Amino acid sequence: MGVRQTSIEPSRAPPVQYVLRLADLCLILAQRLGEWCGHAPILEEDIALTNTALDLIGQARALLTHAGRLGAAQGCGVVLDEDQLAFLREERDYLNPTLVELPRGDFAFTTLRNAMVATWLTHMWQHLSASSDAEVAGIAAKAVKEARYHQRHAADWVVRLGDGTAESKQRLEEALHELWPYTAELFESDTVDEHAAASGLGPRWSALREGWFAQMRVLLSEAGLAMPAEGPFRSTGRSGKHSEHLGYLLTDMQYLQRAYPGGAW
Amino acid sequence: MSQANEWPLWEVFVRSKSGLDHKHCGSLHAPDAKLAIQAARDVYTRRQEGTSVWVVRSDQIVASDPADKAMYFDPMADKVYRHPTFYQLPPSVDQM
Repeated sequence: MGVRQTSIEPSRAPPVQYVLRLADLCLILAQRLGEWCGHAPILEEDIALTNTALDLIGQARALLTHAGRLGAAQGCGVVLDEDQLAFLREERDYLNPTLVELPRGDFAFTTLRNAMVATWLTHMWQHLSASSDAEVAGIAAKAVKEARYHQRHAADWVVRLGDGTAESKQRLEEALHELWPYTAELFESDTVDEHAAASGLGPRWSALREGWFAQMRVLLSEAGLAMPAEGPFRSTGRSGKHSEHLGYLLTDMQYLQRAYPGGAW
Repeated sequence: MSQANEWPLWEVFVRSKSGLDHKHCGSLHAPDAKLAIQAARDVYTRRQEGTSVWVVRSDQIVASDPADKAMYFDPMADKVYRHPTFYQLPPSVDQM
């Protein structure tokens, strides 16, 4: 075994955290979707899911690169690149909401989560296209087109599964009740959000709540599902405190860069 | 032939640029037109191949019978006068 690549520590400045939260949401969901490669129920959907994963990786790359530069500007000193940020952080330094790290489940679970996240991202990118940070605004303007398609495709499937067979409806219902408690984290705001809102970098996550709920309410009713009530549970992935699932995901994702530092192809 | 428990087959036509025609590029399975269009987008335009997509149910296409090839197409082989190659074009339109 050669030299093991040691971990890097990203800047903890609020703007960097704000960008990393979004970057990690895209990155970790992409990793989960990549797991479907060769396993989707049909060939056409296999390609659709991995297309979505690749779009999300593209968005994550742009945001991670930007977070690395922001970190340097915020006094971290060195510019960390997208690969270092993607592959060499410790688990607690990943700031994705817990929702996207949950295991991929069955097709109903994956599809419903995709619809939830794509709906959220559509609203997020729309807000961010007016960001005071020109780089973020540029990334958002491009990404919103991708998110709109992801949303349409996933939402179509949600309606089909809800309006399909007894089994597809049951699986979708189970997925809804598993996923729902984790959506609350998508609308929490903290000091990182306050900082972003004050500087014009981006919206408080709580600002996305109304638009997301309105859209999800329509979608769920089309699919014949009732929107679950809000519970007291709050996941905490975006502060770095993750479920037991993220560690395993990172082990897979980081293996190559840890074992073969700087490996490229 | 498609099985009763299989989704229908669709033929996919992609237009690569405005002004050009849609070209057949393959087929796929989908339960209905809406998903057929989305699947066509995902499967056949991943590398910027298209600006527009058509899909049509394969069973809606009426095709000539390969057995009729001799009767349908062979008689055209020796009728070169049907090609517009015997006209003298004025020099000004020579690049037509």
